[in-house]
Amino acid sequence: MRSKLILFLFSAALTLVNCERKPYRQGEILYQNFCANCHMDDGSGLAGNIPPLAQADYVRQNQERLACIIRYGIEEEIVVNGKAYSNPMAAIPELSEFEIANIINYINQAWGNDYGYVPVKEIRKSLEECKK
Amino acid sequence: MNWPLLAFMTVLILLGCKPEEKPLPILSKKEEVNGEMVYQQIPDFAFIGQDSNRVSNATFAGKAYVADFFFTSCPTICPVMTRNMLKIYERFQDSAELLLLSHTIDPKRDSVGRLAQYARNLGVRSGKWFFVTGDKDEIYAIADDYFNVVIEDPTLPDGFDHSGRFVLVDPQRHIRAYCQGTDSVAVKKFMEDIETLLDEI
Ligand code: HEC
Repeated sequence: MRSKLILFLFSAALTLVNCERKPYRQGEILYQNFCANCHMDDGSGLAGNIPPLAQADYVRQNQERLACIIRYGIEEEIVVNGKAYSNPMAAIPELSEFEIANIINYINQAWGNDYGYVPVKEIRKSLEECKK
Repeated sequence: MNWPLLAFMTVLILLGCKPEEKPLPILSKKEEVNGEMVYQQIPDFAFIGQDSNRVSNATFAGKAYVADFFFTSCPTICPVMTRNMLKIYERFQDSAELLLLSHTIDPKRDSVGRLAQYARNLGVRSGKWFFVTGDKDEIYAIADDYFNVVIEDPTLPDGFDHSGRFVLVDPQRHIRAYCQGTDSVAVKKFMEDIETLLDEI
């Protein structure tokens, strides 16, 4: 009985510790280094000039486009949360498929977002499709 | 014993003890004029604002203002600087004595139209926050007077080396405070300095 209790406490503690740990640590660091300048630490963007990534309908609805936006940039006007944006975003070609996957998975779960998980396989497929 | 008088005096003394807010120091460099050391003033300038209007030292006569240097397509420090300038704008929106002045350091790409678009996107009033462009050499030279370093350097990701400071100028055209425009904690303290200066004018 006693050992069962200890086992239970131990696993409860493990679960708690695990929940505390931030997932997508590499994605977070990459985000800080490559995206936060423009999209801000909290994913809020810059009023009217740079669109948000936090609570952004565009991110939720265009999961298969995200990898291409990161690798090749984007120039066309887009609408995010009902607001139009037209400043171009430059390509970030130095990020590998894995790094792009880590960043997207970080964004998908950061700042209250809950936009699911994207495996590298999917990223690779999207990048194949948008390659010019 | 005259109790009411004593009470009155006590109140007076206590009020007198209230620590007075220290005035902001003058940070401008000193220079010799006619054998006398005086604080340097921000020199005369004339640029073009986002409404295609002339924006000069006369625009800021009798006012305090915050100046910075940025460009609209800057991939590094400027978006965070602009967000922090926006915080200053919002906090002092109703203080007629404070204006904001952002100079582009990339006049080649930042046309008046582009600055107008940028300001419109931010949703800020043009009589309050001026976005100016003009002669590149003049902008780079005046950056120096505002304690900012601006150097064109094609080897950097920005194409520019710039220091991103916010500078507070008083109606006498003296610099009274500055901070790193990307550092939110420093910017908060800077806003307190603005309050102190506004109490003075
Ligand atoms: C130099 C500033 C800058 C940097 C750095 C930057 N972006 Fe962007 N980003 C923009 C702008 C501006 C747009 C809007 C583009 C348009 O309107 O066509 C944008 C659009 C987007 C969009 C689509 C719109 C939205 O908000 O949902 C995504 C997704 C995105 N960026 C992700 C990223 C990621 C991930 C990184 C880092 C790997 C990054 N960006 C780095 C400026 C930047």
